[in-house]
Amino acid sequence: MHFTPVKQAAVIITCLIGVLLILPNFFSKETLSSWPRWVPTKQLSLGLDLRGGAHLLLAMETSEVRKDWLDTLRDDARRRLREAKIGVTGLGVANNAVQVRLAKPEDAEAAVKELRGMVQPIGNLLVGSSGSDIEIKRGEGGLITITPTEPGLQHRIANAIGAAIETVRRRVDSMGTAEAQIVREGRERILVQVPGLQDTAGLKELIGKTARLTFHEVHPTISASEARQTRVPPGYRIYEAGSREEGAQLLRETPVVRGDELVDAQPAFDSRTNEPVISFRFNNSGARKFGNFTKDHVNQPFAIVLDDQVISAPVIREPILGGSGQISGSFTVETANQLAIQLRSGALPAKLTIVEERTVGPSLGADSIESGKLAGIVGGIATIALTVLVYGTFGIFACVGLMVHGVLTVALMTLAGSSLTLPGIAGLVLGIAMAVDANVLIYERIREELRAGKSPIAGIDAGFTRAFVTIADSQLTTLACAFVMFWLGAGPIRGFAVTLTIGILTSIFASVTVVRLLIYYWLRSNRGIRRGAEVPV
Amino acid sequence: MRLIPNFKGFDFFPHDTRLPFMRYKGLCFGLSIAAMLISLAIIGIKGFNYGVDFKGGSLIEVQSNQGPADVAHLRERLNRLGVGAVQIQSFGGPTDVLIRVEQQPGGEAEQQSALKKVQEALGTQYTQRRVEVVGPAVSSELRMTGFIAVAAGLLAIVAYVWFRFEWQFALGAIVALTHDVLVTAGIFSLFQLEFDLSIVAALLTILGYSVNDTVVVSDRIRENLRKFKRMELNELLNLSINETLSRTILTGCTAIAVLVALYAFGGEVIRNFNLAMLLGVVIGTYSSIFIAAPLLGYLGVRRDWSGGPAAKPVKSQAQPTSQRLNVASK
Repeated sequence: MHFTPVKQAAVIITCLIGVLLILPNFFSKETLSSWPRWVPTKQLSLGLDLRGGAHLLLAMETSEVRKDWLDTLRDDARRRLREAKIGVTGLGVANNAVQVRLAKPEDAEAAVKELRGMVQPIGNLLVGSSGSDIEIKRGEGGLITITPTEPGLQHRIANAIGAAIETVRRRVDSMGTAEAQIVREGRERILVQVPGLQDTAGLKELIGKTARLTFHEVHPTISASEARQTRVPPGYRIYEAGSREEGAQLLRETPVVRGDELVDAQPAFDSRTNEPVISFRFNNSGARKFGNFTKDHVNQPFAIVLDDQVISAPVIREPILGGSGQISGSFTVETANQLAIQLRSGALPAKLTIVEERTVGPSLGADSIESGKLAGIVGGIATIALTVLVYGTFGIFACVGLMVHGVLTVALMTLAGSSLTLPGIAGLVLGIAMAVDANVLIYERIREELRAGKSPIAGIDAGFTRAFVTIADSQLTTLACAFVMFWLGAGPIRGFAVTLTIGILTSIFASVTVVRLLIYYWLRSNRGIRRGAEVPV
Repeated sequence: MRLIPNFKGFDFFPHDTRLPFMRYKGLCFGLSIAAMLISLAIIGIKGFNYGVDFKGGSLIEVQSNQGPADVAHLRERLNRLGVGAVQIQSFGGPTDVLIRVEQQPGGEAEQQSALKKVQEALGTQYTQRRVEVVGPAVSSELRMTGFIAVAAGLLAIVAYVWFRFEWQFALGAIVALTHDVLVTAGIFSLFQLEFDLSIVAALLTILGYSVNDTVVVSDRIRENLRKFKRMELNELLNLSINETLSRTILTGCTAIAVLVALYAFGGEVIRNFNLAMLLGVVIGTYSSIFIAAPLLGYLGVRRDWSGGPAAKPVKSQAQPTSQRLNVASK
């Protein structure tokens, strides 16, 4: 039972730092902003279940990523073979691969050589190149198949998720909620958390659309209904109507300009009809492409397609050379505004579906905080009463240790930036129970040693030393359990595991070291006590 | 320190008790095994009342703005929406209602459209305090991870106990822990209490608490094995349980006091979680006294711990038979 002055100072300073770190939680944000810069002002952040907010888990339709890639590969293969003047009789996507049927089987060698230019290695920083993204195989009778490899597809999906996160962030930010968190979860999911948001309908609309905008050439002679009855000419496709006024259209599949060449989109009102429209502006290359196209197609219709649905098909009255224009299509003010946001923030690489939604309203959150506080206070008082009743003066020391434990747990959570959730409060309370257990173990041991006839100093010392082995063992097993929870757990389990872990770590310091220091001071000021039976435990 | 008066605590627990726990170990085992089998049977027959997390579907907690909620009216209105059976139950106060919509056939999008229908039907009379929608993909994943988490937690604990003690202790721990998890889960199945992600967290915590208890007793057994080299094993186990009994009961009481406070005042959302924890603490305390330690009496345990854990493999392999006292075969 000895503490060097340095050790004493270290323990006391640690406790004081803890108190300093939790102080900001008792003041409002305005008061904090007036504090000097060196004082910590970080508050413990509350989880969505306590402060209210929306939690959405989105899954990417990876089949769309695959389809898009296959389409790109098909177009690329067509272009390359045409440039090499190799004739084909068929070229299309089937069985998750691009199949090319050559007009003359003897061209196969040259064709494969040409197509090899499309193969790209998949870079991996750790192990270098780990293969190619596509495989090219020769079949019988001039058939060549181009198949995406699994690593190639995973690479595309990873890129698509990264791009989607950026797009979702821009869309969510446009709602004016600054604290939204958007992170990747697993391989093909995105987690969106927006504190304070109660009505998720708008948010869901905003991120539920891919918003891929394309401008297409309309087939000059055949209409969609004619094509449906006969056959769709190669390179063309029937696009369904998205709004009431427009019918389905037969359009060239490769668009003239894509939405990613837009630099701006704003909701506006049409100057003649006064209905909501979206005015947009292309970048230079988009403006050039659009200008050339409209110059060549005056008095012909073109189609504006959003997510594979025709939203309007106006007739070109005169060449549009300035690179700006407007989209009309029976919008309301709200939908026009939404679409403008979606267009500005760019298209999603593939559709996102909501696979999990959890929203907590602010009133429920406030209720939960209140009941958490009440339960904490009642539980705390019960613990303190029981400890003091059973262990007397030493019980008071244990309670001081418990308070230090609480302070340090909250301080560490604030520092680590982990947020407090409702299950987290339960974990906190359980941590307190575990901390009490450490003191119970020590004190029971001290009583036992004193009953065996040891002197106060020797008994107390033996009590701490012997009990510590047990404390370490029991805390470590609980820690193992908490790690498993954190590693495997989702949502609520994780919050619980974090607070439990922090609680266990601080309990060793608070319930053992701090209490030991207090008893050391007690021993110094009670030198008169010589018999073990007089120790107030 | 002179500011705080010296006063002794109320040492309520009689010391040097020698309650004959080991004499009834056969009875306790029988009861515990029966409890486990009954729990398994109940789970097999009745299954679990899975919550939204594991079953999929939607849950909406609403609060009426105008007086008490009209549950009957809501039930009638929402069940006509064509989104399958809609369960309505009051929750906490008279103004609060919990609405459960079962998982819709189809995919993820169907869940959202069902939610939209219900939300529109609720109108402005009700404030939506909580909305949870879990799609089919996520719910089956959560079921899987929940199961794996409990199994992995169990294994992690057993590995630690094995590493720190001996395999007999680890076996005792795994039987005791399995008992705790099974019986708690059995009670949830019997009363068809809602079983969701937070119950998995509770089960994991029960594992942590119960093993904590078991480790304290095991620690004392190990210590006594060193101290009393010639004491008969059953007597030694009994002594160890008795010596740690005051601690077991005190810690149990504190934990129960805190959990009762949480159960009573912690709010409706975590009520089931707290109930599971309460059950678990009681069952976990029972299991470390009546299962884990007595099992050692059957399994037998190495008697010579003088070399400490580090020196054990060489020694026990050198003279395995003479150093093990197998009580069960006597």
